[in-house]
Amino acid sequence: MERRALPGRLVWKLGDVVATREETARATSITLAVPNWSGHRAGQHVDVRLTAEDGYQVERSYSIASPPAEAPRLTLTVERLGDGEVSPYLVDELRVGDKLELRGPIGGYFVWEASVGGPLLLVAGGSGIVPLMAMIRQRAAVGSTVPTRLLYSSRTYDEIIYREELEQLVTSRSTGLEVIHTLTRAQPMGWTGYDRRIDGEMLREVAWPISERPLSFICGPTPFVETAAASLVTLGYELARIKTERFGPTGESAVSGASGASGGE
Amino acid sequence: METKLDGNAAGGVLREIFPFEMTDAQVTCVGCGATNAIGALGAYMHGMGTVLRCPSCDYVLMRMAHANGQYWLDMRGVRVLQIREETVQAQ
Repeated sequence: MERRALPGRLVWKLGDVVATREETARATSITLAVPNWSGHRAGQHVDVRLTAEDGYQVERSYSIASPPAEAPRLTLTVERLGDGEVSPYLVDELRVGDKLELRGPIGGYFVWEASVGGPLLLVAGGSGIVPLMAMIRQRAAVGSTVPTRLLYSSRTYDEIIYREELEQLVTSRSTGLEVIHTLTRAQPMGWTGYDRRIDGEMLREVAWPISERPLSFICGPTPFVETAAASLVTLGYELARIKTERFGPTGESAVSGASGASGGE
Repeated sequence: METKLDGNAAGGVLREIFPFEMTDAQVTCVGCGATNAIGALGAYMHGMGTVLRCPSCDYVLMRMAHANGQYWLDMRGVRVLQIREETVQAQ
């Protein structure tokens, strides 16, 4: 249903799918061209709406993976959830040339821009990497040297989203980006990284000294985020400098690659 | 069990009612007096509507619903709502 646009209110827009890219077996990136896109900030999300032939509508939130520098195009990375109403369509059915209804950008809290500084501690669980990747990409795009550590938890090596791009960013630009992986379910032969779920001890080893007052962004499934945030607080980090974004495992309505605001559903 | 999200996830719903980005606005809880950004609140979202709770004491700060051509906004748990001038001017 089209409503008259009021100044400042978000309106639904139709974006054109201009590219898709399989990131992992379960996650796909969708690049959209959106007419009159106002631009966004790293960490923001959009709401996506699907309408069935009978008029049934369902909305989900997805984090923007691309940096503001790539506007007017934006890329979402969506992880397929088996029982999702939206993500299987986005991951498996959507094709270049299709249109997708969305509104945004949304969010002024879970955002980072170079002027905010750091050091940054980014903690990602699964498709929770998506909004953090927008920050990492923006940081690279503007040549920021803010010291940044990403602690990234995936189930298996093959499920690490953006794995090669992260490797390239770490090795090709010596600008103070460090990426630390943990693989919780299975590890390849010779794996030397962490092999367990994120816990307080791991965060103590990875996080910046408390005296450096890092700014932390944590994104992932709700239990993951709560464990990571509670561990940081227990270790003595300032609660006011820990920002979180949860998404539900079933995708009720979160953002991320899920349906909270990052990438899952 | 209902999934807890962050107030950030309610940003789109809030933008249906308010003409500017609301997730970095600050709200003060009637229950405990804590002041937090809306993006940092606990959010419970389902078909019936959205409930935002205080991250410090779990008190219900805001309830929002959209039904029958009406938006319903219950802010009984918010003592003070602070919106930065630059947020308003950005629109």
